[in-house]
Parts: sequence; structure tokens; C-alpha cells
Amino acid sequence: MRDMTADGPMVEFRKDLFADERDDNLNEIGKPTRRQDAPGHVTGRSPFFDDHLFDGLLHLRCARSPHHHARIRRIDTSAAERMPGVVRVLTGRDVPVNLNTLLSLLDFGLDDEPLLSESKVAYMGEPVAAVIAETEAEARAAAAAVQVEWEVLPHVLDVEEAIKPGAPAVLDIYPNNKFVYHGKYDHQKLRYGDVDQALAQADHVVEGRYQMSPIEQAPMETCGAIAAPEQNDRYVCYTSTQALFFSLGTAAKVLSLPSSRLHFVGGTVGGGFGGKVDSIHEPLAILGAMLTGRPVKYAWDRAEEMQVGAPRGAERWYVTDGVMNDGRIVARKFTGYFDSGAYTRLSSYAIIKGVGHLPGPYTIPNVYADVYCVYTNRSPATAMRGFGITGVDFAIEAHMDKVAETVGMNPIELRILNAYRDGDMKAHRRLAKNCALIECAQVVAEKAGVTIAPELKSAASARDGGGPRAALPAQTATDTEGRVEGFAATSYANKSATSDAPQPPHAPPPATPARHPPPATPARHPPQAPAMTSGQRPPEGGSMPPSGGPPPAPQPPKKPARSGAMRFSSLSGFRRR
Amino acid sequence: MAKTPVNFTLNGSPRSAFAGPGQNLLDFLRREVGDLTPKFGCGQGTCGACTVTIDGATHLSCLVLAESVEGRAIGTAAGLPDGATLDPLQEAFMDHFAAQCGYCTPGMLVSARALLDANPRPSRDEVIEAISGNLCRCTGYEPIIAAILAVAEGRARA
Repeated sequence: MRDMTADGPMVEFRKDLFADERDDNLNEIGKPTRRQDAPGHVTGRSPFFDDHLFDGLLHLRCARSPHHHARIRRIDTSAAERMPGVVRVLTGRDVPVNLNTLLSLLDFGLDDEPLLSESKVAYMGEPVAAVIAETEAEARAAAAAVQVEWEVLPHVLDVEEAIKPGAPAVLDIYPNNKFVYHGKYDHQKLRYGDVDQALAQADHVVEGRYQMSPIEQAPMETCGAIAAPEQNDRYVCYTSTQALFFSLGTAAKVLSLPSSRLHFVGGTVGGGFGGKVDSIHEPLAILGAMLTGRPVKYAWDRAEEMQVGAPRGAERWYVTDGVMNDGRIVARKFTGYFDSGAYTRLSSYAIIKGVGHLPGPYTIPNVYADVYCVYTNRSPATAMRGFGITGVDFAIEAHMDKVAETVGMNPIELRILNAYRDGDMKAHRRLAKNCALIECAQVVAEKAGVTIAPELKSAASARDGGGPRAALPAQTATDTEGRVEGFAATSYANKSATSDAPQPPHAPPPATPARHPPPATPARHPPQAPAMTSGQRPPEGGSMPPSGGPPPAPQPPKKPARSGAMRFSSLSGFRRR
Repeated sequence: MAKTPVNFTLNGSPRSAFAGPGQNLLDFLRREVGDLTPKFGCGQGTCGACTVTIDGATHLSCLVLAESVEGRAIGTAAGLPDGATLDPLQEAFMDHFAAQCGYCTPGMLVSARALLDANPRPSRDEVIEAISGNLCRCTGYEPIIAAILAVAEGRARA
């Protein structure tokens, strides 16, 4: 083992693991290498967005809601406009298409969030006006002079309070503060086997409730963008975005400009961690440049980054496991609530990803999940490092320890016993491959000095999986709980199959060319709801478990080496072990 | 409002520029002088991305009034290389993966260089103390500490 403090991060190559997958004739792996951007970083010459200097640069700052939830009766910018150095004050009326949802480019979700709110705010810090001034201090002073007449509304900050009858409606376009999945349900479902039957027959039922906090990404460089008029009737935009083409597409939509008129420059990001994908700064900076004819910078200060910047959304999970005395988990049931905050941003997608990850890296024959994307009057949530997975993994692994305690097993042994093995069927109806949890758990036990049972110490991900463990459940219990009417199942751009796409509330300013036509909608399919029937054939050698009877538990591993599942090798593509 | 002429040295070279009223040294160096190596991270003196030296001692330039550096010697990360030859710390930061996004790096290097100038063989604890005012969100600090110790212990490539 290398000394971490003297030689940098510890990297240990365990060549005994997955030896047949390994090709040691690699040019770079395992050898020190210098990143190509390192010289720029250590000389301070890497060009972050704010390192592009412009003569006559204007500064944009937003006036924000001091309330969690309020109706806007009136916005009076006249005092702000008279403040020293102020060049222009923008409100929602100046934004060509003042309603967007981040994933609209993927036809995923209804437009729900204004760039500058005009009629209502749903979180503290929501922007209602943007002041453009000669200096940042002048913009700051003038933003404070924007007068807003508020009608404060009741607010809700807790996910389960938000979905109770009579809770304040955070977002009117979705019913009961819940995102609509697949045009059908107010939650994302996972149904695999019959959890209730399996729970009834399990030796123990273990319940747990797990709550995560929102987490700010806190990049060292705050989010921002500088836009300037360019020749050829274009606008250049230097941005801290983590998602350049995402930001480009969003700006083109919100500003009603063909993307060919936008010249985005990015790629040098002073830390992102997911917090720089929301494409908030680019449209406002470009709009400022369009309306003033001068370069405009819109960047958050540190306080805005921490308070207004979208965090990793908090999640609340209820997990119920059915476990047998020998430690085999035969059922796992989830109810999850993602706190999306006031708008959707990326939380809807995070849940799709998270539900695909359930029940964690374990072969469990009966799995059930209802996961809700809930709107509250908190800052909207967005991406952060593994979002959709990290939170529920915390719940799952904490719960595994609880299960181990219940059955009196070492928690490492419990994990090895229940871990995915190559060829096992997962709850989202795909076969597990390239599994490594068993090997990781064995190394953990070894390093922690924990003695584990010999048969678990010699277990391997590549052995004893598949076969009966590859079979789909004999039956899957389905339901239509949470059915929502009025949404088109084929497209999120439409509220229902017959209605037209929602029109932007304001026509584009006359100076801009005609809006580019709405994208042709080829027969595009939204993410499919989980198949409720056995649509996938078990692989060769698999056999269907007997129908009825006791809960189908994973077969205890005893089968010798099998013909094997396909594994992916980055060198040779798929190959059979 | 009147601007104030400020005469100072930047990385050993005499410089003069006009500071705006109330302008801080960070903004002054970046906008008026054109040295972009100090970075804005917080503007509140908490993150260290704007670290520079004034007469050899580290300061947070976002908290220094630009007018106050009249006649003083300012040092930034731009002054670390000797011509085309990088400071050993810069080489070590590259070798030890001590710069990930790169935003805290110039300030971190200024603090590290000030440490080694004052104490060429610091202990690990002294290194940690010296960079305790420089926040890094990417690396977890260990690669940075390793890079600085490698230079101090003469293990870095020259």
C-alpha cells in the first residue's frame, strides 16, 4: 500500500480480482499522467468565464422574493430605473418565452419556470426583476430599490405536508404538488413480483425511515455568464456552464432565437458538481446584451450561490424489507419523496434514474417502489454528483445494517449473501453483469479485520448467478393507484393528446426574427413505464420459478461454473466468460 | 467619482494604475492591472481564491482596499514562474493532481510559496496550517498537501 500523505491519493490495483477481464498491456492505466489542462491551472491562465474582459461591461443583478410563496400584485421598477448607473431594468415582460422546463429539450415535463417571475413566486430568492447597471455596486443598490407589492401566500416546506389535501399549490400545472410520470401516474412505479405476499411470509419485516438534507454544490467559482453583441448579428456568451449545448438550447428557446445566432464559449468550469447545469445565467446575460447593445455579466455572489443556487434535493425514503432467518432478503418495498423545490428542473429525471437503481445492488425477488417528485416552497433542486442514486443508496445501506442487526448477521456477510451476481435478474428486468460487490465486500472485510464465513469469503460475482436467479417473477402484482387524467401519455409537451403545445405568454419582441418553428415531433416515445408482464425471456439455462407457493428467494449459491453471462470488455467488446 | 493613482510593484515590476473609489485589490488587479490569476470565490475573505502577497505576507485581496497598496510589493501566481521555467510547486501540483478545476489553484500556490519562502522544510501540520485559509472543493486537500511536501522534501522534479 502506498503512503497516502507522501505520494498522493492511494491507488491499489488488485490484480487477483477479475484477472480474466484484465489486460495489463495498457499505455496509461496505472501510470502517472499529467492532465492536459494542468499547465493552465497551475499558471492561473485557464480561461474561466470571468477572465474574459470587455470594455463597457455592464453588471446584472436580480431583485428577489423575500417570501417562500407569494403572489405578485405589482412590480414597480421606476425608482430602480432612476438610480445612478442603471441602464435598464428587465422584468418578465422582456423575456420572449418566459416559461421553460430544463428538460423540455428532451420533451420531458411541462414548461413550469419563468426566467423572471411575473405573477407568483414559489421560493425565497426567486427572481422577479433584473437590473443592469454600470457597476456591480450600482446594480446591487438598484435591485434593492425595485418595489414589489406582495400578497403573501401560505407555504409548505415538507414533502409529505405538500401532498396532503388542502396543501398550498406550489405549482399549478401538476396536480397535488406531484410531477406526472408517463402522462399517467403521480409517481414513478416499480413493480416486480409480489412484495406484500412475500412480506407476509418472511421471517422478519424490517422498517426504516431515512431523510437526507439538501446539499449545496458550493463550487469555488460561482455560476455566471458574460454575453456581448458580436458581429454578424450574433451574441457571444462566455459561461461557467457544465452543459454547454444544454445552455445553448435553453437560451435559444427562452430568447426565441435560432441557436445559430448564439456563440457559446465554455468548457472551463471552476467546479460544478452538478450545480452549473441549470442554464439560468446565459439567457439573462444575452437578453441584457440584446436590449442594451453592450456586454453584460450576470454572476451570483457567494450568498446567492448558497441560497438561490439549486442544491441536491432532499429525499425521504421509507424502506420495508422482508428477510428470512438465514439473511436472504425476499422482499423490499420503497416509498420515496424527492423534494424538487419550487420547480421541476432535473428532479423528475433523478427519480427515473433512482428507480432504475432499486433495490440497490442486491438480488431480491420481490420489489416495489412508489417514488414521488414533490413540489415544495424550497429552492428548486437540481443535479449533484450521482443525484437520484446517492440519497437512496444511503437509505438502502443504512437499512442493510438494520436488517443485519435484526437477523444477527455480520453486515458484510449480509451484503455478500444478497449481492447481485452475474446473470441475475434485476428488478428493472435487465440481467446483472460485471458485478463486483462481493469482491469489494470481501476486501472491506479483509482490511477491517472482520472474519466472514468461508463460503462467503470464497464467493465470487462471476459464479453461482443466473439460472433460477435469472428468472422473472412468476407474477407481478400491478395497480393503477395514483392515476392522473388529462395528460398525454405520448408527449410531455402536451397536457392531453388533443390540446396544442402551450403557447408562450408573450410574443417575442418585434426586433427579433420569427421564432424558429416548433420542432417536428416524430413518433417519439417518453420513457416507458415499467413493463408489468414478463416481456423478457430468461436467458439460456434459466427456468421459471414455480408459481404460487412461498416467496421465491434467491437460490442459495451452489451451482458450479455456468456457461456464463456476457460481460463487457472495453478492449474486445462483449465476450462470454 | 475620482479615481486614485496607485504605484506599486507587481511580481517585481513597477506598475501604476487608477483605482476606483472603494475598489478592492482583487478587482483592481483583475480589471485595471490585467492580472487575472487571483480569483473571486466569495468576496468575503473566507475562501482564499484571491490570495496574493503584500510585501511578502499573504493577504486576501478581496478585503484589501486597492488604494492602500501604494508603494507596496504585490505578488501573485503570475509571478511564480522564472521566465519559461515553472516554480517547482507548479510542477508538483501537476504531478500530484493537486489542481482539479483549477479555480483555487493560484491562491493555493501563493500561500504555498509564501510558506516555503519562510519555512523551507515545513512539517505536514505546518503545511495544513499554511493552506487553511484556502478552500478547495475538488481535491480533498491531500494531493495539495502531498505536492507541497514533495517540494519541501526535495522529492519533486526540478
